[in-house]
Amino acid sequence: MQNNSFIEMKKIRHGFGGRYMSEQVDTSKRWFLTKTATVAGAVGAAFVAIPFISSMQPSAKAQAAGAPVEVDISRLEPGQVIRVMWRSKPVWVLYRTPEALQSLTKLDASLRDPASKESDQPPASSNEYRSIKPEIFVALSVCTHLGCVPTFRPDVAPADLGPEWLGGFFCPCHGSRFDLAGRVYKGVPAPKNLDIPPYHYLSDSRLLIGENA
Amino acid sequence: MASEKVKALLGWVDERFPLSSFWNEHLARYYAPKNFNFLYFFGSLALLVLVIQIVTGIFLAMNYKPDAALAFDSIEYIMRDVNWGWLIRYLHSTGASAFFIVIYLHMFRAIFYGSFKKPRELVWLFGMVIFVLLMAEAFMGYLLPWGQMSYWGAQVIISLFGAIPIVGEDLAIWIRGDYVVADATLNRFFAFHVIAVPLALLGLVLLHLTALHTVGSNNPDGIEIKKNKDENGIPRDGIPFHPYYTVKDLFGVSVFLVVFALIVFYLPEVGGYFLEHPNFEPADPMKTPEHIAPVWYFTPFYSILRAVPDKLGGVMAMGGAIVVLFFMPWLDRCEVKSIRYRGAIFKVALALFVVSFFALGVLGTQPVTPTTTVLARTFSVIYFAFFLLLPVYSRMEKTRPVPARLTDAMIPVGQREGRHWELLRSALAKIAATGAYQRGQAYVLTLVEKIKKTCFKSQ
Repeated sequence: MQNNSFIEMKKIRHGFGGRYMSEQVDTSKRWFLTKTATVAGAVGAAFVAIPFISSMQPSAKAQAAGAPVEVDISRLEPGQVIRVMWRSKPVWVLYRTPEALQSLTKLDASLRDPASKESDQPPASSNEYRSIKPEIFVALSVCTHLGCVPTFRPDVAPADLGPEWLGGFFCPCHGSRFDLAGRVYKGVPAPKNLDIPPYHYLSDSRLLIGENA
Repeated sequence: MASEKVKALLGWVDERFPLSSFWNEHLARYYAPKNFNFLYFFGSLALLVLVIQIVTGIFLAMNYKPDAALAFDSIEYIMRDVNWGWLIRYLHSTGASAFFIVIYLHMFRAIFYGSFKKPRELVWLFGMVIFVLLMAEAFMGYLLPWGQMSYWGAQVIISLFGAIPIVGEDLAIWIRGDYVVADATLNRFFAFHVIAVPLALLGLVLLHLTALHTVGSNNPDGIEIKKNKDENGIPRDGIPFHPYYTVKDLFGVSVFLVVFALIVFYLPEVGGYFLEHPNFEPADPMKTPEHIAPVWYFTPFYSILRAVPDKLGGVMAMGGAIVVLFFMPWLDRCEVKSIRYRGAIFKVALALFVVSFFALGVLGTQPVTPTTTVLARTFSVIYFAFFLLLPVYSRMEKTRPVPARLTDAMIPVGQREGRHWELLRSALAKIAATGAYQRGQAYVLTLVEKIKKTCFKSQ
């Protein structure tokens, strides 16, 4: 009985212009189905990958920790530097002496970007001192090369840094040098000047780091 | 009776799983060239170290806490309070350095005897992927103790990705999972270090060995033993891996373990080279150590990074120093594999390369000064020149005729050609002619006689 119906089926298919599987296979249709199945599978896999890749981004908690910080600079004396944390990165607040400010004008020839055109600073600090008030210098203490914390070296012409040194920041990791406005010297690995974070004065003695005015 | 039962059991297994054929294919009837020398220990030693690292790693993970607030203390806890914790940790930290010593020698052997050449290109490529994974594994493992060097080393290396134009900064943040190296970074590095990378490593070791056992091992003469088979289809110059090389490798393992144990028990820090001093201070994101240097096995590449006075250029040079190794099978155009029959130009070039690799390694541990920068630049140029000029000089080489059959594992000093060997021979002859040497020789000979007479009486 079953046999008969199978033959019947074949006849019907034949009658409709169909082909027997064993005789001729429509390979182009198979290829089409294989390819669409592969593409659909790949698209599906790509969609599944999104949550996994995205889960490695900073979490909501890490993003929330980036709030601005307030700094009291009333007791900061000339030549002194303090460090504060903002977005878990250290930030310098340096009180520059008149001599320090004067030294900045002598260095243009040995700096990579003396006018800070290729560097990052908020508009209020886009001036020759790279600060809102010339004396108070605020900068991220993160080397623009590979993220080390440079050391503050205010001493003029020390033995290890050479006679040309007028004070500034020296990165111990790969020897990058910056002047007292965080401007990078030529011939060192750091590509640009130290970043200046957004900040403004709440009063004469209080700074808010992390927000422009 | 018992052996028949064992045979029956083996038959039962073989019908369901290719146990016997696996044993034969990879050990008992895997025919390896008969003249393997000292340099051929390092493949099996690398496997041994892999096992040591996995076993000690599992036990460390039982007490370690991948949390920025707890990690440093959990290491001290392992060192002080866990039974034998100090031993397990020192085995793991010494194993990391041992891994690189063994792998560097293994890679040197491949270049020395041309083992990367046709038909072993895939063996080399799988091996190179293993090397890169091993560097990733070591780098991520180094963050876990959460010491100063862990922290700042990771900070520097992750920042390398920031040098990539446009996407770099976002990529670095994605890798860290925070704006700086933080708890999220530590936690994910732990996951990669204990699960992802070891799994990938094991898979690649399998591929490396499968490719090797398909083409067969190279040898110090660089000739194909499969080209000369006897009537049974067995290479005339081949010997079964088991028992010949299993026993030889076991001897290598014994010597290796003696040195390994000496370091683990008496010198686990190796003067700050295996475990760096600043790493005994907890990580402090506010203060970079005065002098940052990676662990010794990364210093050659680190030197190349520092030598280039440009951020992106430095990163590309460092990456390129590793990538260029992948192309060895196609850079070397010389038909002859083994250094024994290659021209003087390749020998000199390889010697210069080895010297510059060591020099870069030493410079990478030193602080930056104008002198070291000049030196690092010079040696970086030599490093790259070795590879980039290889297609040129390897074609012009005056090679020597390659023998049809295998020769010695080590060429005796008496048979070596070249002026430096003549100098060595005449120097040795002069030493042999001195009275002190002859007296010493006579003493040793009588001593040997005495030992034979007293200890070998039964013969």
